[in-house]
Amino acid sequence: MNSDEKTLVQVRNLSVTYHTRLGPVSAVNDISFDINRSEILGLVGESGCGKSTLGKALMRMIMPPGEISGGSILFNGKDVMQFDQKRLRDFRGRQISMIFQDPMTSLNPVQRVDEHVIEAIQVHEEKPDKEDVISRVKALIERLGIQERRLRDYPHQLSGGMRQRVMIGLGLVLNADLIIADEATTSLDVIVEAMLVDQLREIREEFGVALLMITHNIALVAEIADRIAVMYAGKIVELGDIKEIFDNPLHPYTRGLLRSVPSIRLDDREELFKMSGEPPNLTHPPSGCRFHPRCPEAMPICSRIGPGMDEVSPGRWVHCWLYQDHPQKDRSTIKVNA
Amino acid sequence: MSSSLRNFLITRIFLTIPMIWILITMVFFVMRVLPGDPIRSQLGPKVSEEQANAIRERLGLNRPLYVQYFDFLWKMVTLDFGTALTQGERPIIDELGEKLPATIELTIPAMAFTAIFGIASGAYAAKNRKKPIDYGLRLFSIAVYSIPIFFMGLLFQIIFSVRIPILPLAGRMDTLMMTNFQPITHFYILDSILQGNWSAFWSCISHLILPSLTLGLALTGVFIRLTRVNMIEMLQADFITAGRARGLPEPRLVYKHALRNTFIPILTLIGLQFAILLAGAVLTETTFSWPGMGRYLVDRIELRDYTAVQATIGVFAFFVAIISLAMDFLYAFVDPRIRY
Repeated sequence: MNSDEKTLVQVRNLSVTYHTRLGPVSAVNDISFDINRSEILGLVGESGCGKSTLGKALMRMIMPPGEISGGSILFNGKDVMQFDQKRLRDFRGRQISMIFQDPMTSLNPVQRVDEHVIEAIQVHEEKPDKEDVISRVKALIERLGIQERRLRDYPHQLSGGMRQRVMIGLGLVLNADLIIADEATTSLDVIVEAMLVDQLREIREEFGVALLMITHNIALVAEIADRIAVMYAGKIVELGDIKEIFDNPLHPYTRGLLRSVPSIRLDDREELFKMSGEPPNLTHPPSGCRFHPRCPEAMPICSRIGPGMDEVSPGRWVHCWLYQDHPQKDRSTIKVNA
Repeated sequence: MSSSLRNFLITRIFLTIPMIWILITMVFFVMRVLPGDPIRSQLGPKVSEEQANAIRERLGLNRPLYVQYFDFLWKMVTLDFGTALTQGERPIIDELGEKLPATIELTIPAMAFTAIFGIASGAYAAKNRKKPIDYGLRLFSIAVYSIPIFFMGLLFQIIFSVRIPILPLAGRMDTLMMTNFQPITHFYILDSILQGNWSAFWSCISHLILPSLTLGLALTGVFIRLTRVNMIEMLQADFITAGRARGLPEPRLVYKHALRNTFIPILTLIGLQFAILLAGAVLTETTFSWPGMGRYLVDRIELRDYTAVQATIGVFAFFVAIISLAMDFLYAFVDPRIRY
């Protein structure tokens, strides 16, 4: 994880904690990863594993009772954690943007489409030229496949796919470097979803924007992403090139996840793999590796000490004792403080 | 105007007619069921039965009830309010022409105050949810909601007219000034401006402050609470989060995006509160000796002045119906999703 020209975001030891009545919940636990310029990084995991929280944390959009409880985020080399409110507002929109799951509710119902886009420009640019703004908005919207006359429509007059494209447009209009798509295609039907995915890919080529695709749909990620990060219970358990991970998943959770996806090649008699157990309660996460209660390959050490994130081959990171050494790894009883 | 909007308006207007009819019918019969009649209540028991009967005959009160009722209905249809039965038997239309402007002059500032102050502080409380100002405003809204209007009026009179005599106690205008003031429209503020009579103008304004504040405050509580609750919900809406993620400034999100979306329930409330406003006006006018519709109604109920009471309540009903119609109409302007 060396910082260089192509690294856009550097996340180091990031933790997010929600302070609930039942105690603190560590939704994101000590996560480190990078996002490269104009890459598509897929972030997959079960519901409640903290992937949306991680996305929001990148924008510093964690609201009370949650807080970023540790770690650092470097965006274009700038420390996002040090931004004041004004800087943060400038950062959001200009450098980073987010598309949400429900296109029905993520646009203001009483504001016209063009008003949304123009507002975003006006808020971020000093004294924008009105003619220029309008022509920019028109060009962008048409590029996204929305007719110009639709600009004067209200959100409820657009289809779900169109609204999501408007949201993408809102992310692109200020030339953001990173767009976070949080389950952005989940609520759309398959055809519209496929079109939107194609469009996201094109947009990456054309605008050089990086995309963080947060989804539970691993098939979608397979189709679009360059790299993939698999998240489990607030941890990234495996990170690497999409092909390598699909061909040779290393972490037992990733293996289970890939085997639980229906495949067209699957033999009729063969049943889908179902991982035993449930995702853990993050108020009281399991000791050691958070996956060990469900892990088919758990070893004694797994329940006592959590593994680190280890680079097993260039660009390939795994969070598992199977690929790491520890002086006490092979013992049947482990002293934690050894 | 689309044809569906026209249909909607026509339907609404036709629904208003039976509503007013039922109301004035009820008033007609309730007034006559009540013990006492306009003659006795005015002239007392000393007048002989023959004399009383003569007056009844002159006023048409000796006719069978159904004849009186249909006569009354027909006059209402032709917008003929008739003459009052007591206090000089003046034409009702003249009396209302003096009283209605007084009530409007009182209720418009009250409604404006309650809407502006209520909505603004409700939004502010929602923005600062669970902070001291929020708890303070919630307590305040409960307090003004639960204090009876006349009590609040009396309290204001004691504080601001008696203990700290900065505002007049009662009435619409200084009594001495009244003697050489010639009302034109009976909207005194308007009249004094038309006549360029600035001392009368300021006298009107100072007389208006306490009553309209009393009436306005009494309704503010509901506005604060409704705005606050809806704003809290709106501030958690996805489009606010999305706006924040685009870097829109917080005040813009709260006061432009969220607030505009809470106007639907608020408009509904304005429509509903208007009826309560008129009821409140009755109490406020009585407390502050404000010579408007409310006090007129109370006086004439005591005198059993049938025609005056019927006409006054009919006018009230008409205004409530018009306002609620106007609110329905305004929805479409506030919310593009609503189309008729």
